Amino acid sequence: MKKVEAIIRPEKLEDAKSALDEAGYYAMTVTDVRGRGAQRGISLQFRGKKVNVDLIPKVKLEMVVEDESAEKIVKIIQKAAFTGEAGDGKIFIIPVDGAYQVRT
Amino acid sequence: MPIDSGDTAFIIICTALVMLMTPGVGLFYGGMVPKKNIISMIGLAFVAFAVVSIQWVLFGYSLAFGPDIGGFIGGLDYALLNGVGLGGEGIPDLLFVVFQLVFAALTVAIITSGGAGRIKLSAFIVFALLWTTLVYDPLAHWAWGGGWASQLGALDFAGGTVVHISSGFGALALALVLGARKGFGKYAMEPSNIPITLLGAALLWFGWFGFNAGSELAADAIAANAFLVTNTAAAAGALAWMGASWINGKPSTLGFVSGGIAGLVAITPAAGFVDMPASIVIGALAGLICYSALLWRQRKGLDESLDAWAIHGVGGFFGALATGIFAVAVIGGVDGLIYGNVDQFLIQLLDAVVAMAYAFVVTFVIAKIVDLVMGLRVEETEEYVGLDLSQHGESMDA
Repeated sequence: MKKVEAIIRPEKLEDAKSALDEAGYYAMTVTDVRGRGAQRGISLQFRGKKVNVDLIPKVKLEMVVEDESAEKIVKIIQKAAFTGEAGDGKIFIIPVDGAYQVRT
Repeated sequence: MPIDSGDTAFIIICTALVMLMTPGVGLFYGGMVPKKNIISMIGLAFVAFAVVSIQWVLFGYSLAFGPDIGGFIGGLDYALLNGVGLGGEGIPDLLFVVFQLVFAALTVAIITSGGAGRIKLSAFIVFALLWTTLVYDPLAHWAWGGGWASQLGALDFAGGTVVHISSGFGALALALVLGARKGFGKYAMEPSNIPITLLGAALLWFGWFGFNAGSELAADAIAANAFLVTNTAAAAGALAWMGASWINGKPSTLGFVSGGIAGLVAITPAAGFVDMPASIVIGALAGLICYSALLWRQRKGLDESLDAWAIHGVGGFFGALATGIFAVAVIGGVDGLIYGNVDQFLIQLLDAVVAMAYAFVVTFVIAKIVDLVMGLRVEETEEYVGLDLSQHGESMDA
């Protein structure tokens, strides 16, 4: 089993969710997070003074799936969360040792 | 008439109540925007209050209430409150100045709806100063300062044209000049904090008692009537909007309070002229009409998303007409259309149409000029990170 952990733009969450829905992947956990990538956030200029806004709000989408689904899910999220601008996000695939239901 | 301590005490309290409506508008709007713009939205209302507080005592009051010039504007005789003193009719003149000041400030706060999530703070300050001078002050003069509308006999008890038509259609013009927020219609821009919006609505409803009852400028029976009809119209508007939205889906609390405000807006010009049964009809119709205006605005894809236009603009327009329909002589001394007075209805119609056209066109021009001179809208990256961070260096996340 693998965990797909995708950190994407909050405004792209709905697109990613519906694309995953269409492909039949429903189970997920979504968290509001903040972070920065290689650009170290966004630089704003105020009257010649540079102000760096780091730790931009993002959402983290986590899904634990069978091994063979992981790559497919990554591709779906990549396509749905794409804008082409810096800050589109990152997706990780993490091995999962076990998974248990709380209810049963 | 000498100064009356009861009237003075009452109007001091009403003035304080109306002041609370300005941050109330800020909270009302703040809860409706994405989390990255909440502080900005509330902040704009406070900034509007401060800018108008200074403008009004320097020359705004004089432009509105100074000696009439051609029915259009007041002269500068009372600039810096020159000659406005401690004396007065019933209440001190200085109290009248500050009571009117809180109305003007609230009106500018309502306009911030049109700039949600994209207006530059520095440009807003300049816009607010120009707008209150060139739009609000003439409209206040027309209705209450001896201008053409009051000479014609147009009725506007507490500011249906002055406050609501002007700010509602002004917000629409501002939103059109600014253009829609980036991603509008593509990304979800759901309200991020409904409880803050409900708190804002509560402060508005509460403050509106001072707004309408206080507009009698005396603690008397007309003030009591205004208080009662204000509350019943608000309740009828809230229930009507909730009912209409229930048919289309869930009865949201946001819709409920929006209907309440629609009722409050519509009863504002009528509060000193209509009786209780009329207030229920006016409030309920306002709820339905403003809800329809909101649905139309959404279908057209217009990003005036906090709905100053749908609620204040359309509600104010309807209220001005409703005053001409439902006015009853035993309360305000004037009969309306249903009591056979066609002329009053036509005067109300003319007043509302002129106020609407003037507010829309002049706001559009002011916004265009500010945009050309200093840029009205923030940079794209600033809009992306949100105005809280980009304009104020503050954040709800921090």
